[in-house]
Amino acid sequence: MKRSSPRDRPRRGRARARTWLPGLLLISPSLIAVAVFVYGMIGYNLKVSVSKWHSSVKDTSYEGFKTYRDLMDDERFTQAWQNLLTFTVVFIVGTLVMGLVMALLLEKGARGEGFFRSVYLFPMAISFIASGIVWRWLMNPAPGDRASGLNVLFGRIGLDGLQNQWWQDPDWGMAAMAMPAIWQMSGYVMALFLAGFRGIPEELREAARVDGAGEFQVYRHVVFPQLRPVALSALIIVGHISLKVFDLIVAVAGQQIIADVPAIYMWQAVFQGYDYAKGAAIATCLLLFVAVLVVPYLVHTFRQEKR
Amino acid sequence: MATQTLATRTPAPQALPGGSGARTRTITARTVKYLFLLVFVVVVAMPVYVLVVTSFKPLSDIDPSKAWDFPTSWTTSAWSTAFDQLKNGLGNSLLLAVPGSIASAVLGSLNGYVLAKWRFPYADVVFAFCLFGMFIPYQAVMIPLVQVVTDIDLYGKIWGLMLAHVVYGIPICTLIFRNYYASIPTELIESARIDGAGMLRTYWSVILPNSAPAFVVVIIWQFTSMWNDFLFAVFLVPSAENSTVTVALNNLTGANVVPFNQQMAGALLASLPTLVVYILLGRFFMRGLMAGALKA
Repeated sequence: MKRSSPRDRPRRGRARARTWLPGLLLISPSLIAVAVFVYGMIGYNLKVSVSKWHSSVKDTSYEGFKTYRDLMDDERFTQAWQNLLTFTVVFIVGTLVMGLVMALLLEKGARGEGFFRSVYLFPMAISFIASGIVWRWLMNPAPGDRASGLNVLFGRIGLDGLQNQWWQDPDWGMAAMAMPAIWQMSGYVMALFLAGFRGIPEELREAARVDGAGEFQVYRHVVFPQLRPVALSALIIVGHISLKVFDLIVAVAGQQIIADVPAIYMWQAVFQGYDYAKGAAIATCLLLFVAVLVVPYLVHTFRQEKR
Repeated sequence: MATQTLATRTPAPQALPGGSGARTRTITARTVKYLFLLVFVVVVAMPVYVLVVTSFKPLSDIDPSKAWDFPTSWTTSAWSTAFDQLKNGLGNSLLLAVPGSIASAVLGSLNGYVLAKWRFPYADVVFAFCLFGMFIPYQAVMIPLVQVVTDIDLYGKIWGLMLAHVVYGIPICTLIFRNYYASIPTELIESARIDGAGMLRTYWSVILPNSAPAFVVVIIWQFTSMWNDFLFAVFLVPSAENSTVTVALNNLTGANVVPFNQQMAGALLASLPTLVVYILLGRFFMRGLMAGALKA
């Protein structure tokens, strides 16, 4: 069996099984761990979400979908999703635009490109908890003595009009909350786009130029269409990170309801409310949204790999 | 704006029509481009300026009117206070992230080897199901996870947290190694096999000696995510004594009674290890990022 070469492998089923069985055995602890910790636990979480476990006393007997129905009427729950929507839209548009512009500036090469790339990307290496501390200072809405950050800066350079309540603004607070996230993730999107730009063969552009296309048209008709797959991955990666946002909000806003999102609500439902069923139900909703985004992407990626 | 900047700059000089007018345009375009690049540097670096400057300020400088100024006198007193409060957390994080990332890499390497070179039927489908695990919001497994970790008596301990990180790190680590090993020529493995080497022997003598770059990528990736993680840490190890540095930092600053210079020093202190890794090994860090987007 050890001597079988790939060419005679497909011939006999049993010999074939003997070649792949050791591999399967080697990987099986990991597969079992993922099966239990991902799929088993998602299943158990579902079970909790339809159970009567509403206090610190564990009771996993079936209650039905009452918890979900209650959430639909729960104003805090609806508000959390609205907040998340604002945050997500601003975050996605912000990172994609900033990342694309950074990549455009660098794609044809620039002196010190390595330096610029490293600077743009380094926020990725920092935790949201740490960067949240600076951004809480930068976006401090407090007046007078306790003021700090951007509001002070604006006041000093005569741009008082730009001073605002930042994340404590009841309507646009979540848009401000997206700023640190944009700061942190733009470099990542830049790296993705840059790899995309570099993957386009120069001949394509050259051919378009020979056909008389101006440089602007080359981008519009040749380069940007080629970047569509990259833009899609960036959208999905940033989008799913956005849906899961948690640490950043804890670091900037603490536990103030004004910046509530589902991930925070789940945490508080479990840790402070001891309402496990409710926490599990919120988490299930979150999982559904992420799955809608990610599953088609996974399927698509694997189909492409097969080809 | 940016498009225009680039639009006027063509790589090959012979593509430029006309004489000196075109050249002035190129120079202007280049200036504008570097101007923009620098503006982005300023925007990205601004929070770092605030962090560094504020962390070296004495208490008397923590005043709105001096918010953006250099310290009147540079002092490390905020740093030493912050260090005293975070040293426990820093130690715990180190205890978590160093062995944890190595364990992740070993597992990922073995799994990646199987998926790239010893494939079993439906390996791709199984792997796709695995990969879903790296995208899920971990809230959706948190309640049972806390229970399991409690049942095996690891709740509130670094080992329980490490277990969670290693298990949920399996998909990404496997992915990075799988893609890396796919580039090792199959002939190498075949010839080892003809020499009579089995699966593990081949791994040991052919694959492992060629794995260094992938190990670096995975260890950096896992070290960074374990070090920076807050969600698992706050659910599994909320106790102050065993908490990691992110939880300790958040406890320190969350109450809003700690002066800003100490908060900023703490934030820098908690970020130093990952920043140092990034500065020294940024190239490998970037590769991990690309793999995270399912791009080889």
